Amino acid sequence: MSGQHSSQVKDQTIQELDSIVVRFAGDSGDGMQLTGTQFSVATALEGSDLSTFPDFPAEIRAPVGTTFGVSAFQINFGSVEVSTAGDEPDILVIMNPAALKVNLENLRNGGMIILDEGAFSAKNLKKAGYETNPLEDDSLSQYDVKRMDITRMTVETVKEFGLGNKDSLRCKNMWTLGLLLWMFGRKRKPIIDSLEQKFAQKPDIAKANIAALNAGHAFGETAEMSSNLRRYQINKYKEEPGIYRTVNGNQSLSWGILAGTQLAGLQLILGSYPITPASPLLHILSGLKEFGVITFQAEDEIAAICGAIGASFAGCLGMTTSSGPGIALKTEAIGLAITTELPLIIVDIQRAGPSTGMPTKTEQSDLYQAVWGRNGDAPICVLSVSSSTDGFEVGIEAVRIATKYMTPVMVLSDGYIANASEPWKIPDINDYEPFPVKFHKETEGFHPLLRDPETLARVWAKPGTKGLMHRIGGIEKDYDSGHISYDAANHQKMTDVRKAKIDNIAADIPLQEIAQGDPGGRLAVVGWGSTYGAIHQAVKRARKDGRDVSHIHLRNIWPLARNLGELLKSYDKVIVAEMNVGQLNTLLRSQYLLDTVLLSKVSGQPFKISEINDAIIKNLGESK
Amino acid sequence: MNEQLEIKKASPKDFETDQEVRWCPGCGDYAILKGVQMALANTGSTPENTVFVSGIGCSSRFPYYISTYGFHTIHGRAPGFATGIKLANPDLEVWLVTGDGDGLSIGGNHMLHVLRRNVNIQIMLFNNEIYGLTKGQYSPTSRPGLKTPSTPMGSVDAPLSPCIFALGAGARFVARGIDTSLKELPLILARAKEHVGASFVEIFQNCIVYNDNVFGEFTAKKTAKDTQLYVRHGEKMIFGKEVQKGIRFNAEKFSLEVVTPGEDGITEDDILVHDETNRHMAFMLCELESPDFPVVCGVIYCNPAESYEQSVHYQLEQAKNAKKADFNALLRSGRTWVVE
Repeated sequence: MSGQHSSQVKDQTIQELDSIVVRFAGDSGDGMQLTGTQFSVATALEGSDLSTFPDFPAEIRAPVGTTFGVSAFQINFGSVEVSTAGDEPDILVIMNPAALKVNLENLRNGGMIILDEGAFSAKNLKKAGYETNPLEDDSLSQYDVKRMDITRMTVETVKEFGLGNKDSLRCKNMWTLGLLLWMFGRKRKPIIDSLEQKFAQKPDIAKANIAALNAGHAFGETAEMSSNLRRYQINKYKEEPGIYRTVNGNQSLSWGILAGTQLAGLQLILGSYPITPASPLLHILSGLKEFGVITFQAEDEIAAICGAIGASFAGCLGMTTSSGPGIALKTEAIGLAITTELPLIIVDIQRAGPSTGMPTKTEQSDLYQAVWGRNGDAPICVLSVSSSTDGFEVGIEAVRIATKYMTPVMVLSDGYIANASEPWKIPDINDYEPFPVKFHKETEGFHPLLRDPETLARVWAKPGTKGLMHRIGGIEKDYDSGHISYDAANHQKMTDVRKAKIDNIAADIPLQEIAQGDPGGRLAVVGWGSTYGAIHQAVKRARKDGRDVSHIHLRNIWPLARNLGELLKSYDKVIVAEMNVGQLNTLLRSQYLLDTVLLSKVSGQPFKISEINDAIIKNLGESK
Repeated sequence: MNEQLEIKKASPKDFETDQEVRWCPGCGDYAILKGVQMALANTGSTPENTVFVSGIGCSSRFPYYISTYGFHTIHGRAPGFATGIKLANPDLEVWLVTGDGDGLSIGGNHMLHVLRRNVNIQIMLFNNEIYGLTKGQYSPTSRPGLKTPSTPMGSVDAPLSPCIFALGAGARFVARGIDTSLKELPLILARAKEHVGASFVEIFQNCIVYNDNVFGEFTAKKTAKDTQLYVRHGEKMIFGKEVQKGIRFNAEKFSLEVVTPGEDGITEDDILVHDETNRHMAFMLCELESPDFPVVCGVIYCNPAESYEQSVHYQLEQAKNAKKADFNALLRSGRTWVVE
């Protein structure tokens, strides 16, 4: 909770805040993701800046009441710029003992716990591993605990709709949401609308959920009078004028890549295989057939990318989406796309590894795989997405580079921003400069490896074109004819040209900008991908405290921006903050012979602002 | 000039490339290449609208030797590429060239799914019961006991029947041919091309270096009439050079048997008539093995249905008709708000 404007508020006073972090936690079956999403919508519509963090288990329905079945949704919202889901919740909403057990350690000291005491039965306490009831000992004494029997009140509320016990209990989340909407002065109307839409075929369920929502809201009003609860005021965030919506990383990236194909004048064909946390891209694009998008759910990761490459060979833009383990399976096919020089978009929504790892938890540990993870000298272009909204721009850029340079482009996002939402000022597609693809038509002197002298891209000749029949494949090709070749000097030349083509992209991407701060100085924090928000806030805080620190955030992972080495060398010290054990750090050290400092985190959770802030203070030689 | 005068039907020569063919002298692939070039010419294919896709192996070098578009891909994965090509441009004529290792071992999974999906392509599986390009290891169709560098005491693997596999996977066109039988092979390939959906053609191909004469028992020209049965839809299953033999269904044993009309009270009426739309019959015909039975060749099963890419493009058209593609409207769908 930051920026309290009214200290020691009287009972009926509305407390004004700059921002607040609320975390909803319950069993997987308690509907916490839905509650959080709906609360986010209601909050966004009131003009708050916000950032969310859905944190859920891989199990679809883990045994009820267990700690490993706990699902949580965190939202940070405010009238000030919000760029992470918040280091520690100010308010924990707890639906069962297991949720308390798992989430309590992150709650701010003195924070508030709103809990359903009806769920704290002996059986549930045992399942959560509590030996004594935390409501009855003093283990919660340092917190502001609001106990209420949400289970009983919900069941009573929905009794009149004649639902079974199971369906009645499922309304608990709406009761809770109603209470939270009251606390933060958010409107119920958008939630009611969406419940009516969602349960259009089941009017009783819709009515029961709406009744529960209203009952939770009414409870707040009553409780306020008895001074148990209070309301908070969070003013609108001053954003640039425009039309806004909320968007998560998978949405913005799907739309960005589709936008790119629209600007390139190409049909998009996605080959994909379901995998957490990348499947939403397959779902989203499958629903966009009116744009001519074809989605091919293949039998496996390999067939998925092969289908995409086949589509590119035939003159569409092939794309494949996956996460780390799936990308590993695609590796050989990526090599083929590199050596046949076909455009291809490869999306890797990274998750905690290695192997299956932790599918629903986030990490940035596929950078080596993206940049270096293939047999032979097989360079590709690698871009990264730094926020829930950034995918749109990155998607367009990926298509531009892939088609201009006839190369696969890998886009790295991760599980955190894939699922996290932020408000987004909706762009206008007409503001983007089209980059139409020109297929080769000239038969005179044609061979498939004719190159543009500037970009070094080979020609793209579509099957179906008269006079341009050609054969390509994975065997090394002769530089001057495209025929297969085992010639020693030719392999050297072809390897060199493939490398030069990718290196050359550095001349066609923006110079590295400083996200915050100054060129040169005592310290720079370098990051890439989803750590943007946490680094941004940490550097902002440090600069406010008078510290000489800047933030540099990379979109272009390979090739790197052409001024990056010089820029990094202008600081006395460089911290590389990333959610792996030092992959970008290794890359930067190898490229620039720079003695960087690594700040690593691989807990499956995003960085906290405080963790980066602590590293800044430590590296500036101050004691903390 | 009158454009019509320019149109001339392609000849087999029009499908030859300037590339030096690098198969071993005497390899069955040479005959197949010729058969394919004849089939393409006979059926009016054009080099610019035809694509040959292959995986890895001796057979997969095929695209380099045919003057159409060609994509020599990676081991076992040609079906994925072919599917992508066909989705991108359903008007292209797509041929897939694979072998027993490429198509049934490393690529067995993809073969299963391309057949089940019924992508409208022609699949030629060159079966030589051996790994040639890696120098002679046993393959998933090699016979038990075969001694190879990786099975010095003989293979203990049970072999797979390509056509049974294809039928089991849901293939709607299954045929068999022999590399050097250049009278029949182009006709079988022409039927495969005509068929809408995935056409699976197993071609017995002799590897002269590592598994020579493995099919000799039934491919030898001298005895071919007694050892091969070319089935034709609606015609009786009769074979034999000197004596006319036929295939009869024995209902008691639920199996097929070889009978001789005129002997043991057997008449011509007892001989089965080939029904290429009968999947049960197709399974039984593919099970027949020499020397007790003739090896069945020709179009064994053909029962067309809508192809995968036809259904995909139909949905695309439906979606386009139902909803205008408006990108800005897409971005503004759902809940939005205005900041003044």
